[in-house]
Amino acid sequence: MRISTFATCVATVLLLTVSANAQTVGVTDTSIKIGNTNPYSGPASVYSVIGKTIVAYFKAVNTDGGINGRTIDLISLDDGYSPPRTVEQVRKLVEQEKVAFLFQTLGTPTNSAIHRYVNAKKVPHLFVATGASKWGQPKKYPWTMGYQPTYDVEGEIYASYALENIDNPKIAILFQNDDYGKDYRDGFLRGLGDKADDLIVKMLSYEVTDPTVDAQILELAASGANVFFNISIPKFAAQAIKKSCEIGWKPLHLLNNVSSSVGATLVPAGLGCSKDLITSQFMKDPTDPQWADSPGFKEWSAWMGKNMPNSDRGDVNYVYGYNVSKLLHIMLNGCEDLSRPGIMACAANLTDIQLPMLIPGIMVNTSDTDFYPIQGGQLSKFDGEKWVLFGDVIDAGQ
Amino acid sequence: MKYPNPITRNLLIGFTIAIAFGIALPHFVSDFVTYQFTLAMAWAIAMLGLNVLTGYNGQFSIGHSAFFAAGAYSAAICIEQYGWGPYEAILAAAFVSFIFGFLFGLPALRLEGLYLALATFGLAVATPQLLKFDAFEHWTGGVQGIFVPKPEPIISSISPDQSLYYVTLFIILFLMAVTWCLLHSRSGRAMMAIRDNPIAAKTMGINTALVKTTTFGISAMYAGVGGALFTYASEFVSPDAFNFFVAVYILVGSVVGGIVSIPGAIFGGLFIVFMPNFAQDIRLAYEWLPPPWAIFGVFLILIIYFVPFGIWGSIERLIIWTKQKVSG
Repeated sequence: MRISTFATCVATVLLLTVSANAQTVGVTDTSIKIGNTNPYSGPASVYSVIGKTIVAYFKAVNTDGGINGRTIDLISLDDGYSPPRTVEQVRKLVEQEKVAFLFQTLGTPTNSAIHRYVNAKKVPHLFVATGASKWGQPKKYPWTMGYQPTYDVEGEIYASYALENIDNPKIAILFQNDDYGKDYRDGFLRGLGDKADDLIVKMLSYEVTDPTVDAQILELAASGANVFFNISIPKFAAQAIKKSCEIGWKPLHLLNNVSSSVGATLVPAGLGCSKDLITSQFMKDPTDPQWADSPGFKEWSAWMGKNMPNSDRGDVNYVYGYNVSKLLHIMLNGCEDLSRPGIMACAANLTDIQLPMLIPGIMVNTSDTDFYPIQGGQLSKFDGEKWVLFGDVIDAGQ
Repeated sequence: MKYPNPITRNLLIGFTIAIAFGIALPHFVSDFVTYQFTLAMAWAIAMLGLNVLTGYNGQFSIGHSAFFAAGAYSAAICIEQYGWGPYEAILAAAFVSFIFGFLFGLPALRLEGLYLALATFGLAVATPQLLKFDAFEHWTGGVQGIFVPKPEPIISSISPDQSLYYVTLFIILFLMAVTWCLLHSRSGRAMMAIRDNPIAAKTMGINTALVKTTTFGISAMYAGVGGALFTYASEFVSPDAFNFFVAVYILVGSVVGGIVSIPGAIFGGLFIVFMPNFAQDIRLAYEWLPPPWAIFGVFLILIIYFVPFGIWGSIERLIIWTKQKVSG
């Protein structure tokens, strides 16, 4: 009798523990609640396209029956790109809406503001939408994971290309004076190694509020450099390309991926002037005709037609949002343990995942020690009409 | 000449009810809502400062985000770089922003109305850029900002959010009382005299320059204290947190609450924290509605149209109207 009472008691406790474990915050048998913040208003609202794409993606997933029988309840809130507002919205998502995890919160300053909070609360903070290098630190921040190739790694790729291909390089750098510009610059300098100080003949910056960078280009050209690393966002990148073309300065022109869009940068700069630019790419540019017949492009294009008709398909942010949503879809599809540690374990166990709009050969890989999902890039040269990939896919992770 | 005692029974009753409500609140809501109320009070402290400056002294400012930022950064730097406790750091924030405001008040003396508004606007626009400036990066952390740990609870039985709420509640009640005393003093009458008729005030022997700059300093100090508390609640400061919109929010909150009042600031703070969230919630519930900030804008227009003296101004008028009805 005694033993059976004891056994019943133990069994009850075990049962309670098991059922408590099964009941993860934000996950039921029929739904998964996911939180997101995005700048739908404010200075960075161009990126709101990403938020809208993600929302549309999971709406379509739900229409098709959800993931493993669960509907995806994605709550996307506006933070206006203001860090304290991100803190408020994320606390709302975690504490009030009780989401299972956060996905694609956008922006470097905004994610910085919640970095410690989500790790203290042990809430998975997956595939953040920023290229800063600090999101892949599994030891210090085991609940935060990046997504896209980091700016500094891309900078390193350009540095090694310049060193290998130009005899006696004299390097000029233009960079945007903020964390994005400095990340690229620092990666590039690291790639140049000890010789950096001797190789760089001129380094200038601009503010995002400046009207043009024409003056900087004149000064950089006057330095006699034969390599030019152009770290600028599309508007300024176009000005720089156009100006150096006008004054007849023809260095090896390395253009950061941020501005590699044909539609947003090269057309305004002039396609003739853009000839021989070098960049590193990881996504398929939707305006680039060479992808038109690839299965991935067709998949994306069909999805766009069905779910986001009447949108400007030249905007690479639709591609970005589609790719990253697809990645989460694939990850959740193969994830059995939907507890918070379980979700984190699934995110850290992705092997050779191909996404429809990634450049062929670039794959998503993560592990316990590697929280940088996409690290590949492939150099490409502009032939006056389209980007032509050359060389191998460079995987900075290896 | 003998003035009637300004401390009336109704005033004391109202103040007591407000305190009781404020103390009881965190026991009925979650930590998250408590934190939202803390944010609202931090905003309200800055708005109280603007009420003193604009409502009672007639000087315009659409640059209070600069003083808000000065307080936030002073506190964060004192804690992060010099290991100060959070409460001493609030004093540092108050001191730095007072000096900043007082000094800015000196050249601003020559400016009136719109011109002063534009000068303060310049301050608001320059602030985030200055905080990113390389030369200051050692202190400000540049674009990366600074983490500020939430202060430890003052008593162990409550959560950090509740503790910060009570500290903020204490500070705002204290500052409201101080403001009330100030406005009912000789200096307060001088401030209002300058607002109503600067030439007459000068003729009466009021040192206009000193009163105006000091008022600017006091107002900036309040904004700085608000900024420090806002930072503790958010646990992080960065330049992008103090853009021009912050100055606009402070102004909007002041006007909505009632810019010529003391308790109005609290309503302003609540408005700025809860109204955007409310607009977003109804937008999420009814997708056919326009975007949240458009809904926010509509509410704002309705309030300005139907409650022209601000929320507190209308409550005051309602009380007076009821009294008249009752006394026949």
